[in-house]
Amino acid sequence: MSYDEWLRQDRLPHIYCAGCGNGTIINCTLEAIDGMGWKKDETIFVSGIGCSSRAPGYIVTDSLHTTHGRALPFATGVKMARPGFHVVVFTGDGDLAAIGGNHFIHACRRNIDITVVCMNNQIYGMTGGQGSPTTPMGALSTTTPFGSAEPAFDLCELAIAAGANYVARWTSYHVKELTKAVKVGMETPGLSFIEAMVQCPTNYGRRNKFRQVLDQVEYFRSHSMMRLKYLQHEERGEPVPDATIVVGEFVNRKRPVMGLPK
Amino acid sequence: MLEITEGSHAVAKAVKMSRPQVIAAYPITPQTHIVETLADMVADCELDAEYITVESEFSALSACLGASAAGSRTYSATTSQGLALMFEVCFNVSGMRLPVVMTIANRALGAPLSIWNDQQDSISLRDCGWLQFYAEDNQEATDLHYIAYKVAENPEVLLPAFVCFDGFILSHTYEPVDMLTQEDVDRFLPPYKPVQKLDADDPISMGMYATPDYYLEFRYEHDQAMKRAKNAISKAGKEFGEMFGRDYSALVEGYRVEDAETAIIAIGSLCGTVKDAIDEMRTAGKKVGLLKIRCFRPFPADEIRDALSHVKRVAVLDKNISVGAKGAVAIEVRDALYGKTMPVLGYVLGLGGRDVRISDIKNIVSLAESGKGDQFYGLRTEVL
Ligand SMILES: Cc1ncc(C[n+]2csc(CCOP(=O)(O)OP(=O)(O)O)c2C)c(N)n1
Ligand code: SF4
Ligand SMILES: [Mg+2]
Repeated sequence: MSYDEWLRQDRLPHIYCAGCGNGTIINCTLEAIDGMGWKKDETIFVSGIGCSSRAPGYIVTDSLHTTHGRALPFATGVKMARPGFHVVVFTGDGDLAAIGGNHFIHACRRNIDITVVCMNNQIYGMTGGQGSPTTPMGALSTTTPFGSAEPAFDLCELAIAAGANYVARWTSYHVKELTKAVKVGMETPGLSFIEAMVQCPTNYGRRNKFRQVLDQVEYFRSHSMMRLKYLQHEERGEPVPDATIVVGEFVNRKRPVMGLPK
Repeated sequence: MLEITEGSHAVAKAVKMSRPQVIAAYPITPQTHIVETLADMVADCELDAEYITVESEFSALSACLGASAAGSRTYSATTSQGLALMFEVCFNVSGMRLPVVMTIANRALGAPLSIWNDQQDSISLRDCGWLQFYAEDNQEATDLHYIAYKVAENPEVLLPAFVCFDGFILSHTYEPVDMLTQEDVDRFLPPYKPVQKLDADDPISMGMYATPDYYLEFRYEHDQAMKRAKNAISKAGKEFGEMFGRDYSALVEGYRVEDAETAIIAIGSLCGTVKDAIDEMRTAGKKVGLLKIRCFRPFPADEIRDALSHVKRVAVLDKNISVGAKGAVAIEVRDALYGKTMPVLGYVLGLGGRDVRISDIKNIVSLAESGKGDQFYGLRTEVL
């Protein structure tokens, strides 16, 4: 079997803009699922609202499209009703960390056995590029025309503090690493949170000096630092540039899990 | 001055000139252009206000509640799912009698997901104790904001207000709008003087627990304030007319209805289409008229009764449905005409952005003439 068998071809063409990073993340996730050998009729995708949350619509399995921010409580219900099923949530930074922020920390606290893939484009993409809780300080958006004045969330640190068993961050540049991280997340019992930094050329890149799609992908490459290296720097008290994107596996642990098959 | 402008931009300008001190909003289609424009205005120091990029609609209205309780003029805008999420806060704002003004760019509610227009969102909140104004065009949408603030902040009223205009149909349409100047607006709408506010030197508690000995009276007073709002709206609408030539003193507005046999009742942008249809039907010899409801809360029951006592039949167009009953406007119009003998027929149409054309209005009049109503109109039976 190959991952493109999971794609719902009859819904194409998709709504994503040319150069959008979301497609890469969907491919990585389906590739990981393919590697897991999961069956289509035992896998359910759940999402809220946003460009990222459109993803389940392009996959052939059952999917539940819910309200903005609420994918995790809906997914919790699905998983508790059918613990034998594999539940994967696609979400965005706005969906997960703004309007759904409360659900995010509680799903991590319960450590419910689902896989959460967050496409973090640092913006509300679907509604036209307003600032989100992950918009970096100083970045331009339609609601922060002179630069965001608020500090951004670190979603991985949030997931760790709240109790998720598996936490990793990669970017749309790191296709292989991201695919592997999603797979390890799927293998790990409990809540697995995989943050994928993605380019949104239409609503983020355009306003933030990434004139070409690849400029932002190149930025992801050149500004990423492995978590281990980052921790070493920190230990030695060496400064790390502000714009560094820390990537890699953040935790892989065995806290008690909710929602496993009996 | 006449400007050709997008509905959302016209509304944003009206809001700016109303000088809100705190704005809190969460983006949602088709409201985004309003709040993005306001964010720009604040960033450019054209508007001296705090603009809070909150994390949800729940927080947006909660921040407005807090700011209003602290004595500020506040503003938010939303639609559809966002308004649904505000449900709890809506009751708190009105129960605390805080004059928050909020624009609703009317949109359908999910599921299934739809970003297109109907009026299910604000109509579903008809019981939450906010004033509800509906605009037919962008001129009215703009003007109603000044009136909404004036009425909401009137010490006789002290109630929050929705100013509703149809998403996309008005919000994203360019129309000529006669914009007031800042001096005009300042003359009509003086700075907000709260009757009560949170004040460390003179502490009060808001939103406290009401035991069964008091709760009923709170609701009674809330309802009384809504009833008093009718007068306040007429007064403010008249004053606006005297100052700027557009009179909004009436809660309902008739169009060729004085000698009509069939009266159509509609709300919002649909009224424009209905007027065109009426002109054509009049030319063809049919006596049809429109009664537009501009203010749905307080509900103008007496005004409807007065305006329609002579007609042979009433056709009510509802861009909403109280599932299991009928369109909400039809229910209330029938109640207003209780005791009269003419049939009041409801038509649920245009849900989720389905276009309503002149020919549809004519078909509905024919249906009403043959006594058929209380039904969905325009169903594609082939997909059922
Ligand atoms: C209750 C509610 N508020 C607002 C919206 C409008 N809305 C739709 S998508 C979205 C933001 C999506 O941002 P994100 O989750 O980051 O997804 P992206 O489009 O960036 O992938 C918003 C605010 C909504 N659908 N529901
Ligand atoms: S707006 Fe951004 S996130 Fe949405 S499809 Fe376009 S590029 Fe992708
Ligand atoms: Mg996003």
